[in-house]
Amino acid sequence: MNNMSGAKSLMLALEEQGVKQVFGLPGGANLPMYDELFKSDIRHILVRHEQSASHMADGFGRVSRKAGVCFATSGPGATNILTGIATAQADSVPMIAITGQVPVNMIGKDAFQESDIIGMSNPVVKYSFQPRHASEIPLTVKKSFYIAETGRPGPVLIDIPKDVQQNESKMDFTSKFKIKGYNPWTIPDVTQIEKAIDMIISSTKPMILAGGGVIISSSFAELQSIAELLNIPVVTTFKGKGSFPEDHPLSLGPIGMHGHAEANKLMTEVDCVLAIGTRFSDRSVGTFDEFEKKLKIIHMDIDPAEIGKNQTTNIAVVGNVQTSLRMMIKLILQKKLKKVINSEWMKHVKEVKEYWRDNLKIHPGEMSAARILRKLRNTLPKKSIITTEVGQHQMWASLFFDVIEPGTFFSSTGLGTMGWGFPAAIGAKIAAPNVPVVDIAGDGSFNMTENSLATSVLEDIPVIVFLINNFSLGMVAQWQRTFYNRRMIGVDLKNCPDYIKLAESYGAQGIRVQSLDQLEKAIKTAIKSNVATVIDIPIDPEEDVLPFVAPGTSLKDMILPS
Amino acid sequence: MYAILSILVENKPGILFKITHLFRSRNFNIENISVGVTMDHDYSRITIATNCNEKQIQQLVKQINKMIDTIEVKRLNQNKSVYKETILFKILKSKKSDLVELNKLCDTYNGKIYEGNNSIIIELTEEPNKISSFEKEIKIHKILETARTGIVALENNEY
Repeated sequence: MNNMSGAKSLMLALEEQGVKQVFGLPGGANLPMYDELFKSDIRHILVRHEQSASHMADGFGRVSRKAGVCFATSGPGATNILTGIATAQADSVPMIAITGQVPVNMIGKDAFQESDIIGMSNPVVKYSFQPRHASEIPLTVKKSFYIAETGRPGPVLIDIPKDVQQNESKMDFTSKFKIKGYNPWTIPDVTQIEKAIDMIISSTKPMILAGGGVIISSSFAELQSIAELLNIPVVTTFKGKGSFPEDHPLSLGPIGMHGHAEANKLMTEVDCVLAIGTRFSDRSVGTFDEFEKKLKIIHMDIDPAEIGKNQTTNIAVVGNVQTSLRMMIKLILQKKLKKVINSEWMKHVKEVKEYWRDNLKIHPGEMSAARILRKLRNTLPKKSIITTEVGQHQMWASLFFDVIEPGTFFSSTGLGTMGWGFPAAIGAKIAAPNVPVVDIAGDGSFNMTENSLATSVLEDIPVIVFLINNFSLGMVAQWQRTFYNRRMIGVDLKNCPDYIKLAESYGAQGIRVQSLDQLEKAIKTAIKSNVATVIDIPIDPEEDVLPFVAPGTSLKDMILPS
Repeated sequence: MYAILSILVENKPGILFKITHLFRSRNFNIENISVGVTMDHDYSRITIATNCNEKQIQQLVKQINKMIDTIEVKRLNQNKSVYKETILFKILKSKKSDLVELNKLCDTYNGKIYEGNNSIIIELTEEPNKISSFEKEIKIHKILETARTGIVALENNEY
C-alpha cells in the first residue's frame, strides 16, 4: 500500500480499467485531477463545452462497449454534462463522468461553483458516488466501471471534492467488492424460452422486433440465426436500427413514428411478436393497445423493470438477450424445427415489401433527402460508422440510409439530444480509428455543438459532418406545417452561419454541394481527408419526413406522402 | 388500491432521497412513509404505503428493486401483516371531566395518557383504520396539535 493523493489514485485506477483517454475541460475544482492527468499516460481530449465531453464519452462507449470517461469541474461544469449523462441513461450507454466538487467543508455553503450534482443527476444516472475520503477512490472507480458496464449499461457519476483529490492516503488497489443489491447476471428461464418457441411456431404471422438491446449485447449473429432458422421477418425499433442487416431479405427496417411504410403496415397485421431488447417506446409503437389485443408478445430483456412497463406481455424472458437468444437457437436446433418456406404470410410480407420499395413517393428534385442519403450509402464503405443529430435528417437517415454492417449506426434515440451526433462521432472515431465516421446532421443540431470542430482539428480526430441543411429547425417546422396550420415561429435559421467559412475558421474543410455528382466527389474527398470535413448540402426547407405516424396515434394511421 | 411496501436498503446517506425521488419521477404517490435503521446497522427499513392500481404497484416494486441500494423489496400481504402507526394528540385541559372521558376512551383503544399542567397528550399505536375511528371520537375535545408517524409493518407467517 502506497501513500498518494486521491487524484493520483484516480489516474492509477482509471489506467487499471484500461482507460486510454478522457474527454474534458478543466476548472478550479478538478485541477488536482488535471495535474495528475498531466503526469499520466492517459490522453486528454479538450472540449470547448462540457456537454460535448459527455457526448464524446458516449460515442466512444457505444462503439467500444467500454465506458467512456469524461471530466468536468464543479458547478456549471457539472451541470453542463448533465444533458450528456441523461442522454447516456436514456440509451443505456456505459459512461463514467467524473466531476470536481468544492472541498468537503464547503459543501452546503453555496460556495463558488458549487452545485449539488449528486442530487441533480439522481434520476439520470445508473449510480453515483461522492467519495469523502481519498482512500475510497480506487474502490469507487472499480465499482463504477462494474456498474456502468454490466447488466443494462448506464452512466455512473463520481463527484470528488477538491480536498479529497488533494489529500494523501494509503491506497489499496487490490480490495474486492460485492454490491449486495446489484445482481446483473440473471440466467434466462429455459421454460419461458420453450414456451416462447411454441408460441412462435403456433402463430401464423410472426414478427421479430429487434431493439437496442441487440446492439448493446452484440447479438447480431444470434438474431440473424433465429430469423433465418424460423424464417421470420425482422423489424427494428429506431434504436435497434442496424441490429439486422437492412439489405437482408427478411429485413423490413424500423417501425415507428418515422418507420418504414412496409414495417409499420405489417406490424399491424402480425399475431405474434418476439420483442428483443426493447422498451416499447411511444416513438416506436405509437398507441399499441388497439391491436395488442389480438397480438401475442414475447418480451426478452435484461431489465426486469421493462417487462410490463409500457406493454403487457404474454411471455417474459429476463436476462442478457444474447444468452436468451443462444438458448433459443439451441432449443430450436434440438427440436429440429423446420422453417416455414413460402407460407401465405411470407408471401404477403414479400409483396408488401416490394410494393413499398417501388411505390413510396419521395420528395421531388435531385437533392431530396432520400437521394442524398442513398448516395451517401452507396459511396461510403459498409463498415463506416454513422452517428446522427436529432431532427428531420435523423428520421430521413432512419428511412433512407440502409445499415448493412450490424452495429454501425448510433443516434440519440431516447432523450433525443440535439448536438449529440458530432461530438459522439469524435468519440466513435477514437474507438474505431480505421473506419470513416460520419455524423448525419441537420443545421439546427450541428449548431449546438459545432465548436467541437476545434477538438476534431486540434486533436487530429477527423470525422465527416454530412450536413443536410434546410436552414431551419426542420422537424419543428414540419409539425407547425402539419398541426399548426403553417403558423411558423422560431424555426427559421436563415443562412446563418455560413458553414464553409465556419469549418475553415476552425481549420477544418468545408465543401458545399449542389448536385449528386458533387456530393459523391465531396464524400470521397472527405473520406481521404485528414481533417474534419463539413459537407454542406442545401435542400428544400419544405421537405417533410414521410411516412409519419402522428403522436398519440396508432401505426395503422400512418400518414403517407401524397 | 392500497399497498404497503417494505423496502430493505443500505444504510447510507441519500437513500431515502433516491427512493422518494423515484416515486416523484415515475409519477407514483406516497401516502405515508417511515424509515428506521434495522438491528443490523448496515441496513435501514423503509415502509411506504401507496395507492395505485395493480399494474402500477408491480412496476413500482420492479423499479425499487432495480435500485442498486435496494437489498429487498416486498409487497406485504395485509392479512398476514402487523402494521401500525403512532399518533399523538395534544388536548387542552379545560374541565376536570376531560381526563375521566379521555381515560375511558383510551381504555377502549389501548391509548396512553401523559398529563401536563394545562394539556394532555394521548398516544395511540394502532392500525390506520382504528386510528381513524379514534380520531372521530376524540374530536369532541379541544385538540391543539397532532403528530403522526408513517406506517411500520412486518409480515407474519411468511415461510
